[in-house]
Amino acid sequence: MEIPYAVKPRPDTGLYNAKVGIWLFLASEVMLFGALFCSYILMRVNAPEGTWPHHWLNIWLGMTNTIVLILSSVTVVLGWASLKMGKFGHYKFYQGITILCALIFLGIKSFEYHDKFIHYQINLKDGTIADGHLQSAETTKDLIVIEGRIITPDKMEELYNPSLDHEGKLLKIPIGDIKIDPRTKKPMMENYGPWHNTYTAIYFTMTGLHALHVIAGAIVIFAIWGPLAKVWEQDPERYVNRVEVSGLFWHFVDLVWIFLFPVLYLL
Amino acid sequence: MSDHPSSAPATLHVDEHTIHEMQHHIRRYLIVGVALAIGTALTVWASLINFGSREINIVVALIIASAKGFLVAGFFMHLISEKKMIYAVLAFTAFFFTGLLFLTLWSMAHGNIIQIHNG
Repeated sequence: MEIPYAVKPRPDTGLYNAKVGIWLFLASEVMLFGALFCSYILMRVNAPEGTWPHHWLNIWLGMTNTIVLILSSVTVVLGWASLKMGKFGHYKFYQGITILCALIFLGIKSFEYHDKFIHYQINLKDGTIADGHLQSAETTKDLIVIEGRIITPDKMEELYNPSLDHEGKLLKIPIGDIKIDPRTKKPMMENYGPWHNTYTAIYFTMTGLHALHVIAGAIVIFAIWGPLAKVWEQDPERYVNRVEVSGLFWHFVDLVWIFLFPVLYLL
Repeated sequence: MSDHPSSAPATLHVDEHTIHEMQHHIRRYLIVGVALAIGTALTVWASLINFGSREINIVVALIIASAKGFLVAGFFMHLISEKKMIYAVLAFTAFFFTGLLFLTLWSMAHGNIIQIHNG
């Protein structure tokens, strides 16, 4: 016995099963991301005055990723509309662009993550802070080389709110000049990973979870586009439904990013 | 009960009306896509302007983001012409999401805030 309304809509609701399923799933996703946005609000509002970071992320990379996701959302709906008109070739073209956009998005995000993992804050014994990107090729056991700037105690706000046009210099820091953490007995040198402070923690959590959604969505769209494309020949209506449902998920991923971008990059 | 006999391959019903409707949809999708791109540029532009206080910048950015969100949900996800059952599901979601935001604001207003490490 086949499951009823797997393809044709149920007469009273006008919906097929998968469409109800995806909307219920998206409702739970709203609560998941909603909880994270609330965590962000709590952490930001309660951060000590002047310590919530601004301009720690590259606005232009974030904007590029936003445009890439918008473009992918457009190609998803164009692909679906093409299928509804029976133009399978057009659909293949548009969804191919969608998959490419997903890869570009993830590539840019990986670059941004890498940038944070090689970005170090080094507390020096004289009370200043060296802040910049590690030059691993020139760094030795006894000498840390970064491209960045020295922040003096009277200008500590520069650490949280760097000017957009500051230029980095090559700084060579002997390991002996680095302050020792009395708790861990290790040099006070830490990269901008999720452990650095509450901002990086919420940034990596929210964008990491979002990136997992991008990966999952791209895999599903690719599977329908490639290995499962034969369903179009056997049962085109079922195939169109699958494209529609995967598209709804993709638009939700785009929707979340529309809010993540200003919240994390701009404000 | 089945939607159609499994032995007979199903066909997609494409008529003139469907094609006309989809062409209309495509025009709309392209316009919405351009509007979203403009909205993104506007968000960045507004964030670089000093409105006098950061709170105003936050409000402006969230208004633009909400407008963009409406375009995505309304047109790409077809929420402006969706079935009643979907609206019912989303009404529950909106209720609980609002409750979540309210709880957040309530906890902020009633003290006992944890010390946050941010350095």
